Amino acid sequence: MTVDTTLAPGAVRKRRSRSATSLTRSSGLGLGIALTWFSLLVLIPLALVVIQSVDGGWATFRDTVTSPQTAAALRLTVTQAFVVTLVNVVMGTLIAWVLVRDQFPGKRLLEVIIDIPFALPTIVAGLVLLSLYGPQSPIGINVANTERSVFLALLFVTLPFVVRTVEPVLQELDLEVEEAAASLGASRFTTLRRILLPALAPAITAGAALSFARGISEYGSLVLLSGNLPMKTEVASVRIMSYIENGNAAAAASVATILLVVALAAIVVLQVLSSVVARRG
Amino acid sequence: MNLPRTRLMAAVAIGAIVALLAACAPSSSSGDDAESTPLSLVGFAVPKAGNNVAQAAFAKTDEGQGTSWKESYGASGDQSRAVAGGLKADYVHFSLAPDVTRLVDEGLVADDWDAGPNKGIVTDSVVVLVVREGNPKNIKGWDDLAKPGVGIVTPNPGSSGSARWNILAAWQHIIAEGGSDADAEEYLTKVFDNVKALPGSGRDATTAFQGGTGDVLISYENEAILARQNGEKIDYVVPDDTLKIENPAAVTKDADPKAKAFLDFVLSKEGQEQYVAKGFRPLESVKGVDVGTVEGANDPSDPFPTPKKLFTIDGDLDGWEAVNTKFFDEKDGIITKLIAESGKS
Amino acid sequence: MASRVTQPTTTGTQIRRAIVVAYLVLLVAWPVSLVVLKTFEGGLTNLQTAFADPSVVFALQMTVYVAVWAVAINTVFGVGISLLLVRYDFPGRGVLSALIDLPLSVSPVVVGLALLLAYGGSEGMFGPTLESAGLQVAFAPAGMIMATAFVSLPLVIRELVPVLHEIGTEQEQAATSLGARPWQTFWRITLPSIRWALVYGVVLSLARSLGEFGAVKIVSGNVAEQTQTATLVVEQKYQDFEQGSAYATSFLLAAIAVAALVVVTVLRPKENLDGD
Repeated sequence: MTVDTTLAPGAVRKRRSRSATSLTRSSGLGLGIALTWFSLLVLIPLALVVIQSVDGGWATFRDTVTSPQTAAALRLTVTQAFVVTLVNVVMGTLIAWVLVRDQFPGKRLLEVIIDIPFALPTIVAGLVLLSLYGPQSPIGINVANTERSVFLALLFVTLPFVVRTVEPVLQELDLEVEEAAASLGASRFTTLRRILLPALAPAITAGAALSFARGISEYGSLVLLSGNLPMKTEVASVRIMSYIENGNAAAAASVATILLVVALAAIVVLQVLSSVVARRG
Repeated sequence: MNLPRTRLMAAVAIGAIVALLAACAPSSSSGDDAESTPLSLVGFAVPKAGNNVAQAAFAKTDEGQGTSWKESYGASGDQSRAVAGGLKADYVHFSLAPDVTRLVDEGLVADDWDAGPNKGIVTDSVVVLVVREGNPKNIKGWDDLAKPGVGIVTPNPGSSGSARWNILAAWQHIIAEGGSDADAEEYLTKVFDNVKALPGSGRDATTAFQGGTGDVLISYENEAILARQNGEKIDYVVPDDTLKIENPAAVTKDADPKAKAFLDFVLSKEGQEQYVAKGFRPLESVKGVDVGTVEGANDPSDPFPTPKKLFTIDGDLDGWEAVNTKFFDEKDGIITKLIAESGKS
Repeated sequence: MASRVTQPTTTGTQIRRAIVVAYLVLLVAWPVSLVVLKTFEGGLTNLQTAFADPSVVFALQMTVYVAVWAVAINTVFGVGISLLLVRYDFPGRGVLSALIDLPLSVSPVVVGLALLLAYGGSEGMFGPTLESAGLQVAFAPAGMIMATAFVSLPLVIRELVPVLHEIGTEQEQAATSLGARPWQTFWRITLPSIRWALVYGVVLSLARSLGEFGAVKIVSGNVAEQTQTATLVVEQKYQDFEQGSAYATSFLLAAIAVAALVVVTVLRPKENLDGD
C-alpha cells in the first residue's frame, strides 16, 4: 500500500510505504516477551473474567444482559460514549489543528489545559463539574442527575485522546504538500479530503477508539453527577458494582464481558474505517 | 537533529534523576521500633473518626501501650470482600452482620464472634432524615417522604449493603402502623418516585445532598452529627419511629492478641464514651456509659432522644438472611423490583 | 516538520481559535480553576495542612513511585510493540492491534477484579503460588503498578503507531543499507523522528497514571500509609470532611502532570520558519 505523493522535492519523506518485513530472530524474541507481559497483565485476567461470566451457564448470561435495568444501563453507556466520541473527533481535530497551525499569545497555556482531565482524580472531576453544572451552578446550567450529566462527565475525561493522537501527526505533515496541491488548483475542501484526512485518519481513529473505550468504562466522575437512577442515568459500571455487592459475580462478569465485546467491536470498526479512508486519499 | 545535544542531555538527566528517586518505594513514617505493635484495621468509612479516638484512648491504657494502626476504610461490602480475598486484617468493623458472616464462612473469623452479650455489635445508631438548614420543607417523619415535590437522596441499596438500613426503616414504618406488605410497597413506590439520586455509598449521598440535590437525605444519626461537628450546614430529624443500626466488629483468627484487647476496650465504658463523642449511641449491653454533651447533636445535652418506636433487624424483621432474600434478592427482592419499576415511570 | 509559513489571520482562523478557546475554558479550565480556588481558599493553609499530614505525604510518594514504574514499563513495551506492529508482519498482528486498546475500555471495577482473580492471595490463579515464593501482588505495590500499567497501556502505543506509519521507512532502510546495526538505526534515526509522539505518549501515560483511582483502590486494599495513593487519599480526606486537604492534594496531582507537560513544551525547540 504505497501512496506516492512525490509532487515536489521535500515530499520524499512523506511516503507512507508499507514495507513491513517478516520477523527476525531478535524481533521475534521481542514479540515473545511483549506478548508474555501482555498476557500476564491483560489477557489472562480478562479471560478469567469472561470465564466467570459463563459460570452460571449461558442462560444466566443471557438473562442478566437482557434484564431491563441492565439493558438500559448498557444502552446508556454505549450511546453516550458514542456521542461523546463523535464530538471528540470533531473538536479534538479542531483543537489539534489550532494548536499546531495557529499562533497566538497564550496558546501554550491551552496545551497545558488539555492533559489535566487525566491527572485529576475522577471524583474531583465529578465534584467540580457538579459545582459548576449542577444545582448550585453559577450560570444556571443544571444537568445533575440527568442523562446529559453522563455526556458532560465523559466529554471531560475523554478530552485529551483525539487531540493528543492527532497533534504529532499534524506536526509531521509537510505543509509543502498542501501548498503544492493548492498551487495546482485544489480547493481547500479537496485538500482537506484528499490529503489531510487520509493522513490524519489513522490518528483520528486511534484517538476515537481510545475515547470510546474510556467512555464506556468511566465510573468515578459519574458517581456524584449522574445520580445512578435506574433506567435513566445508571451506567454499566454501576450495574457491575450492584451485582458484585449482591454476591452475583457471574452477572457482574457478564456485564463486563459485554462491554469488552462492544469495545473490541468498536476498535475493529475504527481500524477498518481508518484503512479505508487512508487508502482512498 | 535540531535538538541541541545539551538540551537532550539535560532532559535525559532530569528524567534519570526523577526515575531514580521514584524507584524507591516509600516506607511509612510511623515508628517501626521493637516496642510497637502494629495492628491492622479494615473497616467501613462511617466510624473512622470514632475508631481513631478510641485507638488513641486505647494506646493510653496499659493493655494498649505501644499499639499503632494501619487502617483501610471503604464501603462495607467491598472491605469485607477484600479481607476474604487476602487483605490482611487483625480487626474488622463493618456496617452489617452479613459482612462479618462472609469472613466466618471463609474461615477467617471464629464462629463464636457474636456469642457475647453484645452479640458482636460495637456501635449503634438510628436512621434519621437529614434536611437543609432550617428544614424549609418541614419534614417531620416518614410520611412526608411520599408527598409530591419532596426530592429524596438515599444511597443505593442495590449497590451498597449499608444503604439497606435506610430503606428498611421506611418499610417498617408502614408495617408498624399496621399496614400490610402491599401498603408498604405502595408507600415505597411513591418514595422512589421522589428519589432524585441513588449514590453508591452513605458518604457519597451526603456529598450529593450538599451539592444541592434533593430536599431530604436518608442517613444515619451519627453521620449527621459528625457532619455538623465538621461545620456542615444541615439539620436532621429523628422520626418518631425508626430503625436501630447495629454495626458489628470482630477479631480475625490469627490476629495479634492486642487486637482482642482493643475489642474489649471498645466494649468497655471508656471505649463507648469515645464513640459517643462522635455521635454513636452507646450500646445497651455496656453499663455506666456517661453520654455527656455531644457537639453537633440537635440538643447537645440530650443528644440521643429515644424514638417512640425503635425497630431492629433481628426483632422486627427476622434477621439479615431473611431480609436479604425477601427484599434484596436480585430477581424477586421487593426493593429490587420497586427500584427497577421506579425507573420505568 | 511542519513549516511555519506565516498565514494570514483569516476570519476562519479567528473563528476556529474562538471556538477552541471557549470549548476548553468551559469544559476544563473553569472547572479546574475551581480546584485551584478551593485549594487556596484561606491562603496556604490547605497546602500546609496537607503536607503536615503523614498519610498525604506518603500517598503522594506512593503515587509517584507507582506512576513512574507503570510509565516506564509501558514506555519500554510501548515502543517495542509499536515498532513490531508497524514494521513487521506476523500472524495475529491485526488481532494484537485490536486487543491493545482493550485495557482502556475496561471499567476500573473490572480491572481490579480481573487482577484479583488472577493474583489474589487466597483465591487467585497465580496469587497463592507467587505469595509463597515471596512476591505479593494483590494488596501490595506490585499489584498497584500492574493496575496502573493496565489502564494506561495503550497510550504510548497509540501515539507512536500513526507517526511510525506517517514517517515511513526510507531513512531506516537507507541507514541499514549503509551498514548501521539495528540498535544504531533505532537510536539515531527512528527515535529522533518519533520523539515528540513518544514524549506526548509518556506525558499522557504519566497523567493517566497519576489520576488512576478505581482499579488501584480495589487491588491495593487502600491501607493508609502502606498502599494508599494520592487519589485514594483525596477520597478519604473528602469523606472525612477535610475538603481543604482533598482539594490541595488534587491540585498537587494536577500540578505534577502540568509540570511534566511544561517541561516538555519548554524543551521543545520553537519551530523554525523553514521547518526542521
